[in-house]
Amino acid sequence: MLPPYLQEMQTQVEAVARTAGLDFFETRFILVDTKTINEVAAYGGFPSRYPHWRFGMEYDRLAKGSRYGLSKIYELVINNDPCYAYLLEGNNLVDQKMVMAHVMAHNDFFKNNVYFKFTNRKMIDEMANHAVKVQKIIDRIGIESVENFIDICHSMDNLIDPYSLFIARPPATRKELEDLIEEARLAAADTPVGPEAEKKGAVRSYMKGFLAGDRKNVAETPVPSVGLRKEPINPTRDVLGFLLNCAPLEDWQRTILEIVREEAYYFAPQAMTKIMNEGWATFWHSRLMTHHLIDASEVIQFAHTTSGVTAQAPGQLNPYKMGVELFRDIEHRWNRGMHGKAWRDCDDYEKKKHWDTGAGEGLQKIFEVRRMFNDVTFIDEFLTPEFLTERLFYTYDYSRSKNEYVISSREFSEIKSRLLFQLTNGGHPIIAVTDSDYVNRGELLLEHKHYGVDLEVPYAKSTLENLFTIWKKPVNLVTKVKDHPMLLSFDGSEHTSRELPVSAVGG
Amino acid sequence: MSQRIDPDHSRFRQIVRGQIKGNLRKYISSGELIGKKGKDRVTIPMPSIDLPRFKYGSKEQGGVSQGPGDVGDGLGSDPQSGDGEGQAGNEPGKHEMEAEFTLEELARILGEELELPHIEPKGMRTIRAPRDKYNAIRRIGPESLKHFKRTFREALKRQIIMGSYNREAPIIVPRREDRRYRSWKESVVPQTNAVIIYLMDVSGSMGDEQKTMVRIESFWIDTWLRYQYKGIESRYIIHDTKAREVDQDTFYSTKESGGTMISSAYLLAADLIEAEYPSDAWNVYVFHFSDGDNWSREDTQKCFDALKVRLLPRINLFGYGQVKSPYGSGQFLHDLEEAFPQPENLVLSPIEDRNAIMDSIRDFLGKGK
Repeated sequence: MLPPYLQEMQTQVEAVARTAGLDFFETRFILVDTKTINEVAAYGGFPSRYPHWRFGMEYDRLAKGSRYGLSKIYELVINNDPCYAYLLEGNNLVDQKMVMAHVMAHNDFFKNNVYFKFTNRKMIDEMANHAVKVQKIIDRIGIESVENFIDICHSMDNLIDPYSLFIARPPATRKELEDLIEEARLAAADTPVGPEAEKKGAVRSYMKGFLAGDRKNVAETPVPSVGLRKEPINPTRDVLGFLLNCAPLEDWQRTILEIVREEAYYFAPQAMTKIMNEGWATFWHSRLMTHHLIDASEVIQFAHTTSGVTAQAPGQLNPYKMGVELFRDIEHRWNRGMHGKAWRDCDDYEKKKHWDTGAGEGLQKIFEVRRMFNDVTFIDEFLTPEFLTERLFYTYDYSRSKNEYVISSREFSEIKSRLLFQLTNGGHPIIAVTDSDYVNRGELLLEHKHYGVDLEVPYAKSTLENLFTIWKKPVNLVTKVKDHPMLLSFDGSEHTSRELPVSAVGG
Repeated sequence: MSQRIDPDHSRFRQIVRGQIKGNLRKYISSGELIGKKGKDRVTIPMPSIDLPRFKYGSKEQGGVSQGPGDVGDGLGSDPQSGDGEGQAGNEPGKHEMEAEFTLEELARILGEELELPHIEPKGMRTIRAPRDKYNAIRRIGPESLKHFKRTFREALKRQIIMGSYNREAPIIVPRREDRRYRSWKESVVPQTNAVIIYLMDVSGSMGDEQKTMVRIESFWIDTWLRYQYKGIESRYIIHDTKAREVDQDTFYSTKESGGTMISSAYLLAADLIEAEYPSDAWNVYVFHFSDGDNWSREDTQKCFDALKVRLLPRINLFGYGQVKSPYGSGQFLHDLEEAFPQPENLVLSPIEDRNAIMDSIRDFLGKGK
């Protein structure tokens, strides 16, 4: 429980946030010390996650950062209903208040942004269930083999399809599954006897797949026998999902792969909305703080902390800074009607400078934006040349002659396309399974959509090795290396790479 | 208090140390935390394991940022990979700070990171030197050593006792008898003398990258040994076919060319030690960096003789670090291995690239000599 003075603060912040129009899940703040916040952050925000050394590595980094005074976590919030957020013990009260305001806006974003719609809101429980499952498997199989398998799963956890927003996924929890069954049962019970009875039977038989053995059954749909039918019918970027259904895995391996995939999908929307989410939270914490929550004696502390959050080092892109500036820009433009055809067609500099239609639609607009957009569409839609120039954006590249990174351009189109490229698919290369019976030998074929940037080849080769241990037959990747279409293959003992005719790769 | 993360954390440390899961060893990168010491940026080793995945080549990619500067200007530092980890979902809000480190803190961090044992100084417990320490207070003394805080405290005490202290208008006026002065006590401490002699090959085959590696490595060696011994001396010797002693700046900046006769440096170091650092009073460390391309077998033999007879018996540690260069054959390291199968205080360490520097430092200093 929070101490009373912080509870009071929470009530005050929530009231102000609600009045401002934010709409959030119930929030539970937890006050913890540095060690604990580092631990929880290392587990991605979930205090009871399955054990793995990678979380230990993250902890190592965080713990050293705070011990040597190089970095400090002051905010950690989890997309869950109720929403959990952590406050750091010993922070001064102005900072605590600011973090609360910041968290309220994150919470609002989680609840309302469309990309979060299908995330599991009981993820804290789900993660704890995962931890129990994995622990049981470890007890049975042994830490070494389980850990090695998790390593392999982690090495391909970016092979999902985060933009498949409206694809309904199988129910995520037993609870959801039961709800679904209950719903169907009620619907069936309501139907009168007679001609309708047939319908009832139809529902029953539809549900049978779920009822008999729940999801395990779904996962165990028979593997299409080699050579008879091409699988997948269409290329799928949900490589993990494909492997789950079609790779020859043992039960425990399937369970783990399923867990890794589910968690990857849960986290994906956060990676896809990093700039927006942080921008939104920073926008609201500064607005709520400066308009409602602080008095004169607290201004300096507030300004100091906020300037730290939005600081910008050369060669970095600070999502807090970029996000809040863009949201403010949108609010400003829509307040004064600086958009649409009339605005676009006007080429009178003076007129544009003092443009104000008195539209006053800024707030309404940014609420709409936070509901409908992700980082890619956000940047694509609202970035303007003026915005980039005023805020001194540039692109940088590695210069071989100077042996360092140098500023390469300040052109609008350059910067924008570079930003979009980096944000698309979370900065991960786009890779799809296209064939599971390649050259009629049951080999796996993946294709990399090459948009001008090569893969890191040694890493790709090692990843192919990992894929092989799951697929158990040769695995192949079509990509481009230095503009040449290449087929990288691994057959279990040897890597080969073969040049392909140019037509083989779609770009 | 034990934490849930502890087993995961110690498992990670074990992997880094190479005790378990050797298959991941090749993915370990040294990584770094960046701090400052004075004007210099120093990087603190931060091992991390980068699991393979399909990803873009980093140098291919460049990026976007904000700030002043013209097209073509360098950024001054490597862009930090930022959210390179990608998958960690609930990325917490973090405040990055620039920390200042003292030499001592740096050494402590290094020691913790590499789990270096403290050094047991050899021999010299018999030499004791009197040392003055300013840790006492007296009522008399020179004005320049006046202890203001103590003086005012005495005055405050006196005023409270006398009842002349006014809480509303606290004015404290020290009198003569309130004054306090710093003073010293004499104590006898065991004295340790230490000297590091750095030898570097500056023949034509040692390029800029090789020298940079040597500089980073000797910076850390220096930091650690300075932390272990108070008041340490450093001497620098460079050699190609001839050896000469130089100052620190010259040592790192010299661009020489030509052949390599390693024996010249070993003989010069031996002369230096015999003349100035008698082994019964000094802890002597010698580190030699080269790409291992010696001129001839005869010269290599001369090196062995010098090591066996004149160097190893007299010094704490001889470290030979062989940096990899595109031109060097690296033969010298193999020759040393053959000639000294079970070296007592000779440590050989091949340094492949910058990532290997930390391992090499552990090789050198991990024996606690």
